[in-house]
Amino acid sequence: MGKPPKKKNLADKVRKTKTSTEIKNNPFEVKINRKKFDILGRKSKHDVGLPGVSRSKAINKRKETLLKEYKTKDKANKFIDKRFGEYDTKMDPEEKILQRFSMERQRTQDKKDMYNLNEEEELTHYGQSLSEMEKLNDMVDSDDDADEKGVLSAELTASHFGGGGLLRRKTQGEKDNGGNQRAKSRQELIEELILKSKQEKRERQNQKEESQVLTEKLDQDWKSIQGLLAHKNAPKADRLEEEDKPKLDEYDMMVRELGFEMKAQPSEKMKTPEEVAREERERLQKLEADRLRRMMGDVVEDCTKTQAHMSADDLNDGFILDGDEKPTLAYQDGKWNINEEGAKIEGDDDEEGGEGESGEEESGGEEEEEGSGEDSHSDLDSEQESEGGEEEEEEEGEKDEVPATKSQLSEEERKAQAEAAKAELPYTFKAPESYSDLKGLLQGHPADHQCIILARTQKCNHPSLAVGNKLKLQKLFGFLLEYVGELASRSPPELSTIDKMITQLYGLCQLFPEAASKAMQTTLVDSAHRMEDVLEVKGRAAFPQLDMLIYLKITALLFPTSDFRHPVTTPALLYISQALTKCPVMSLEDVTSGLVLCCLAVEYVSFSKRFCPELINFLLGVLHLAVQDKTSTGYSVVPPFRQNGKVSDLLVLSDPESSQTWSKKTLPLSATQTLTLTTDLDTDHYRLSAVATCMDLLKHCSSLYRELTSYSHIFQPITTLLSKHLPIKTYPAALQDLHGEILATISGSLTSRPLLVFQKKKPIPLKLFTPKIVEVLDYGKKRGNTKEEREKERLNHKYKKEFKGALREIRKDTRFLAREKLNEVMGRDAERKRKVKELFGSLATQEGEWKALKRRKNSRH
Amino acid sequence: MAASKRCNVSSENLTVNDVKTPKIDINGKVDLIIQSKKHANDVFDVLEYLQSEKEKNVVCAIDGCTKLFSTLLERGELYVGKLPKEELLIGGDRSADEKYCMFMRHRYNGCLELLLEHISHESYQIKESALCALMQFASMEGKFPLQDLDWSEHYSFPRELIQAVVERLLSQNEDMALLISRFQEYLDMEDVRYYVMSSVRDNVGRVMDKTKGAVMPIYQNNVFTLLSNINMPSQESELTNYLVKQEGQPAEHKRTFERLWLGFLKYKLPSNMYKKVLVILHDSILPHISNPTLMIDFLTAAYDVGGAISLLALNGLFVLIHQHNLDYPDFYKKLYSLLEPSVFHVKYRARFFHLANLFLSSTHLPVYLVAAFAKRLSRLALTAPPAVLLMVLPFICNLIRRHPACRVLIHRPSAADEACDDPYLMEEEDPSQCHALESSLWEIQTLQKHYHPDVATAAMAINKPLSQQEDAISELLELSTYELMERDLKHKQSKTVPLEFDPATQLLQGSGGVGVLGLNFSLE
Repeated sequence: MGKPPKKKNLADKVRKTKTSTEIKNNPFEVKINRKKFDILGRKSKHDVGLPGVSRSKAINKRKETLLKEYKTKDKANKFIDKRFGEYDTKMDPEEKILQRFSMERQRTQDKKDMYNLNEEEELTHYGQSLSEMEKLNDMVDSDDDADEKGVLSAELTASHFGGGGLLRRKTQGEKDNGGNQRAKSRQELIEELILKSKQEKRERQNQKEESQVLTEKLDQDWKSIQGLLAHKNAPKADRLEEEDKPKLDEYDMMVRELGFEMKAQPSEKMKTPEEVAREERERLQKLEADRLRRMMGDVVEDCTKTQAHMSADDLNDGFILDGDEKPTLAYQDGKWNINEEGAKIEGDDDEEGGEGESGEEESGGEEEEEGSGEDSHSDLDSEQESEGGEEEEEEEGEKDEVPATKSQLSEEERKAQAEAAKAELPYTFKAPESYSDLKGLLQGHPADHQCIILARTQKCNHPSLAVGNKLKLQKLFGFLLEYVGELASRSPPELSTIDKMITQLYGLCQLFPEAASKAMQTTLVDSAHRMEDVLEVKGRAAFPQLDMLIYLKITALLFPTSDFRHPVTTPALLYISQALTKCPVMSLEDVTSGLVLCCLAVEYVSFSKRFCPELINFLLGVLHLAVQDKTSTGYSVVPPFRQNGKVSDLLVLSDPESSQTWSKKTLPLSATQTLTLTTDLDTDHYRLSAVATCMDLLKHCSSLYRELTSYSHIFQPITTLLSKHLPIKTYPAALQDLHGEILATISGSLTSRPLLVFQKKKPIPLKLFTPKIVEVLDYGKKRGNTKEEREKERLNHKYKKEFKGALREIRKDTRFLAREKLNEVMGRDAERKRKVKELFGSLATQEGEWKALKRRKNSRH
Repeated sequence: MAASKRCNVSSENLTVNDVKTPKIDINGKVDLIIQSKKHANDVFDVLEYLQSEKEKNVVCAIDGCTKLFSTLLERGELYVGKLPKEELLIGGDRSADEKYCMFMRHRYNGCLELLLEHISHESYQIKESALCALMQFASMEGKFPLQDLDWSEHYSFPRELIQAVVERLLSQNEDMALLISRFQEYLDMEDVRYYVMSSVRDNVGRVMDKTKGAVMPIYQNNVFTLLSNINMPSQESELTNYLVKQEGQPAEHKRTFERLWLGFLKYKLPSNMYKKVLVILHDSILPHISNPTLMIDFLTAAYDVGGAISLLALNGLFVLIHQHNLDYPDFYKKLYSLLEPSVFHVKYRARFFHLANLFLSSTHLPVYLVAAFAKRLSRLALTAPPAVLLMVLPFICNLIRRHPACRVLIHRPSAADEACDDPYLMEEEDPSQCHALESSLWEIQTLQKHYHPDVATAAMAINKPLSQQEDAISELLELSTYELMERDLKHKQSKTVPLEFDPATQLLQGSGGVGVLGLNFSLE
């Protein structure tokens, strides 16, 4: 357009000519976005903007797209004649036809070339062979001829960029029009560039060739070495074949082989015995710490409750915006403990099994062969064998500890017996469905075999083997418990069998703590309920039978007795307490039962050192039974004992002389049920044993409860009884020693202690309105939500941004269009004005001419 | 007639086994006698059955007699008035009807004697039937009196019969508790109750006088059973239920009741009898006595006995103190002396602590007294079972709450650091001299280490200032160990069970600490 462009456009033009650095340094072009806060460590992209640049960019873009669209709106398609040289008037028609033909050929050739790389076809340009042209070029490049350069370079460009005829013409035209000097300098530049690239290309080719030669050489070298290698590994026949094969494959194979070969994994370091010991100790320490924590119970937890953080914005109205989502890492009644424990113990078992197995292999290899020969369940054999090994080990251990029980059998005999038994016993057992099943399974076998049967049953029905096994084994615990009860209530009680079954019970209990505790609870509660019923009717009850005593002991073995509150051991202790307070002592059997219960009570509380009043009461009562003169005592016994009554002389010696022949020995557990004492001497000995047991328990108690504040008051009646009333003179020396020991312990305790005051309460701290400082690791990201929420938020944000942006763009588009429309209208109006003016002008000249003509006519006339 | 009687007896002896069953025989004979006077002599057969060895026969005979003589009484065919001797009967110039009536009356009397004897029979069935028959006769006699009404009082009640029955019931050699409980249904009737009461009073006086007040457990037990079965109506208007229709005098009843009990309690009782009496005293005796203060002697005597009896006497005393303005010197001292180790173990501990709570609920008690109680209770708590501890600990805390001056027992900041021996004297009987206020409740601190978690938690309460609200102990009073156990089990089932980590291999292996059981017992 002839009109001068608008100012803005001018500015754009100016800007275009300037370099970007120039623009950036121009303070009038730069807009600095003011920031509200300076945030350390955050990079912002938009602190500096170039509004002019971006605006012109946007306008240009619109001109290219929107304006074009607008212009072509409501317009039909149009033909564009793209025929070569159609409108070129300077070309003669023959040349025109020739060029068109060559262009067509080239087009088809090009297409072919794309897929036909190998086929050499003579390429032509302007009818000349391209290869020839190349040669020519090379030659031209080699010598520096300034005159021919222009022509050659033109040809070169033509060959490089495909002959655009028009272009060539134009450049030629330009060349003709423009000054010679300027074009030359530019051409030189380009030429230099080309020269350089050519040289580089050649060099590269040379290098490539060299490397190829080197590679071939290397290959050949390798061939010789490889022959040697192959010679080492493979037989000769193969080697011949190998030689036939192409060597590359071989090499590839080797490479691949080496690539895929299992790399040595970094394994855990072998542990030294010290390390193993230390780990074991650490594990035990951890378990111990857990046990202590449970022992302290929630009482301590109350005290150590931490102050919840209060934010500065907290209005103290109890409103919490975002609850503390993280679960506090608190100890939840052995929850963490239990899994690890179980796992670890299982691990231990495995280890033991492994050991057993290895031991087995060493000692009796032929046995193993025998076993596998006989039995088809070979996969189970190893397990069973290992179990057997374990059993043997256990037996050995037992032998070491309790030599008296096993002394009659020599070790060889036992081994032989065990082997014979193993040969007899089947290797797989179905899990018993009912108690009678279990009884049928175990009956008639000696104790060791019963254990083996149980172990095998357990192995065969391991929960990992089948789905229903878990339930079966859970039931097995209950049945086993029942069986133990029955064994204990037989006469005579088969306690050694029970002793052997403890391992099984323990194992099952570790597997199924829930089921085990439930079974135990049921047993305890049933028995307590029965006792309660009897109590309601008669006001007193008989001592629990031996099976209950055994159950109580097993409870102590399976569950931790030191817990502050435990679903099994707490009721068990209550049961003991109930028995000790409600069951009157009527006979020596009752005394024995009571003492067993006392022993259990001591065991239950020995670790946690918790106070059990019933225990002290009962011990006092038992000792009271041994006091001869029951009038005017300085203490009072607590029910179920009476100060004096028909059975209150139960432990008084009938003959003081009998103490000389007494020797300390343990009481049999079966004495809780039936006691057969034929002579007075036996009875007296038994009485002395009972008194000795009682004193021993007292000794334990007296050291156990030393820490209690009311220690002296708790033991005051016992002190009185021991020092004043017990006929200690008539007792053997061992008892007298024990007696002195107890008295020394009790009297050695402190009787004075500080007066009670309330626990010092921490003053309630003032509310601190300091901000909560949270360590932030990921800057610039939204925190505190789940991944999905964050994603959603991000998308929402993006959508909003996009929406706003789109709105803005649309507004700009419409503004742009409106401007264009206005321009158009203005242009049209100006055109019209101009045309009208033109018309008026022409009319005026016409009029003028006409008037002049008329004047001339008039003047002529 | 005598001959025929003998004849009948012999024939009966012959036929008893083979001809017909005794029941049919008796019923037939009773019917015959009722139908016509001709068969009057069959009555001997029936009476003979009464003496039979067989239990079934006797029961049948009793039924038969009841039916027979009830009908005769109804018909007026029994002689009314003073009965001449049977020997005189034959000679007397009387009409046949009159003779018949007299004859039957003699048989009736004989029957009554037999029945009374049967009350002491060893078979309960016979006893019961005899008793029922006798009461039936008593009821009939009330309606159709056998005395001439003109010289008798204005109402007639078979007093002699009831007296005889009571005498038999209060046997001196046999426990009649079962029969007496059967007798209770008659005691619901006002007049029976009244006459029984007066008969019992006479009887007790007579018997006890005879033995010079010595203790007779069986007899006194019977009397007590009978007495405890006497339920006096709570309101006077209720006197509506009579065996024989007549108007009642409630005041008279009350007085008799009172005199009866006083008469009974006057004598020395076996110790378990004291307990029994005291258990029901406040509930079923005191409210029905017109002048309850008369019981003071008995109650104070019982209170002085000691032990459980004293505990029980408390209840009666409480009623007297509370409702009848009794001033009992040294009551609290006595109460204090009742606190012994056994108090936590006896059957009546719930009742005792309920009352103790009432007695100590007054805020006007001196501080030394409350402190003494608190201290003594906590000292005794060292021997108590957990179920009791759960009640006693809140009890002590309540005492301290009610009397803030007692707070020094658990909080004495002035002398916090000095260690001292317990100044409290357990043996001192006088609460004012026992120095409880200078002491501290170390015992409760000790119980913080109790094995039962609930007890330990309850004992922890003294570590902090007590809350204002008193603990409710009423539902804790009757708590038993078994209930405690059940509570424990309900408590928390869902959580995982911690296990012992020391692997167990042997039965007698020690757990936790030392294997005390293994040291002292062997597997035999």
